[in-house]
Amino acid sequence: MTTTDTTAGTATATDPALTSAALALGDDALVLAQRLGEWAGNAPVLEEEVALANIALDLLGQARVLLSLAGDEDELAFLREERAFRNVQLVEQPNGDFAHTIARQLYFSTYQRLLYAALAAGDTPLAGLAAKAVKEVAYHQDHAEHWTLRLGDGTEESHRRMRTACEALWRYTGELFQPLDGLGLDTTALEAAWLDSVTAVLTRAGLPVPSGSRTGAWRAGAGRQGLHTEHFGRLLAEMQHLHRSHPGATW
Amino acid sequence: MVTGTTTPLEAELARIAGAVPDPELPVLTLAELGVLRGVHLTGPGRVEVTLTPTYTGCPAVETMSTDIEQALHGHGIPDVTVVTVLAPAWTTDDISEEGRRKLSEFGIAPPRPQGPAGGPVSLTLAIRCPHCGSTDTELLSRFSSTACKALRRCTACREPFDHFKEL
Repeated sequence: MTTTDTTAGTATATDPALTSAALALGDDALVLAQRLGEWAGNAPVLEEEVALANIALDLLGQARVLLSLAGDEDELAFLREERAFRNVQLVEQPNGDFAHTIARQLYFSTYQRLLYAALAAGDTPLAGLAAKAVKEVAYHQDHAEHWTLRLGDGTEESHRRMRTACEALWRYTGELFQPLDGLGLDTTALEAAWLDSVTAVLTRAGLPVPSGSRTGAWRAGAGRQGLHTEHFGRLLAEMQHLHRSHPGATW
Repeated sequence: MVTGTTTPLEAELARIAGAVPDPELPVLTLAELGVLRGVHLTGPGRVEVTLTPTYTGCPAVETMSTDIEQALHGHGIPDVTVVTVLAPAWTTDDISEEGRRKLSEFGIAPPRPQGPAGGPVSLTLAIRCPHCGSTDTELLSRFSSTACKALRRCTACREPFDHFKEL
């Protein structure tokens, strides 16, 4: 049974491979929550503002559990430097226009749902969280798919923007399937299922499946190795500023 | 839900903790919401309460914990620890019949019963408008005022309403 305390992590994992896997997945959830939170006050319609904030909240809840498995959640979120974060580069990409946010959501929620379903069926300490989170992420994926259909099969303008967004983010999707030690996942099967699912949605939306490479040209690695894109530093500055300016402050 | 063997005192304390209202849906008690997992005496005057969140990121958990602590302090238990557990995952099927009735009375369409798979319900089972009772309602957004609700509109009386979505 997965046990967490509401104020501090109590069940820190002892297996180092599992700790780094929890850190990587926790960073994915945390960074995407922060990005989605940027829509608050800026979304095209009120319902979308609420939807994106709700998705961000789910991800933040998952991040808290995962980071608590890796150490102290607040220290990990607020006191690490850019190179110590292990999130994939996809989640740190800027919100862009609404189509970019939806393309990022489609790619990531499809991956995360498959990932959590696989983890829920396993016997690692992440299984309890995964069994719960997979149900939350099902709604995120549903949301992203509906918007992909609506934009892809909408006006000429919405189709053009959605297509541009899907193509722009495509090269960040290969990294999602880098093997993570300690989880016992079949990443090849995960990737095949992801590709099937995304292809089906894009096809229904009348959008071409992007043909470019699914990885960047930088051979040294990417987010999982602590190498991030230019946008990430600014995200961290905003996220960490308050905590670093007022260490130990409480409400 | 209280599991394992319980003493009469534990049952009484579980009743007290279970009667604490949900901070976001005060018409429901924590017992009716199905989030109270157990109350166990771990020593004289020392109690451990297990609670499960509806959603992993539910911000109401901390308030629930404080409210439970206060309710049990008020009944002579000085040392109360509230532990959050995630497994087995909470589902909307854990909301009691009485809880569903109260939700509906409060203007929130209760969740539909679901199979073991969980997540969005793919079959279009009718969701009844809590205001006029019409089953002719439409989805406005999968996400509403809190993570656990979706926003719908009744096409008969035109009123928008929250639906406690299936999880």
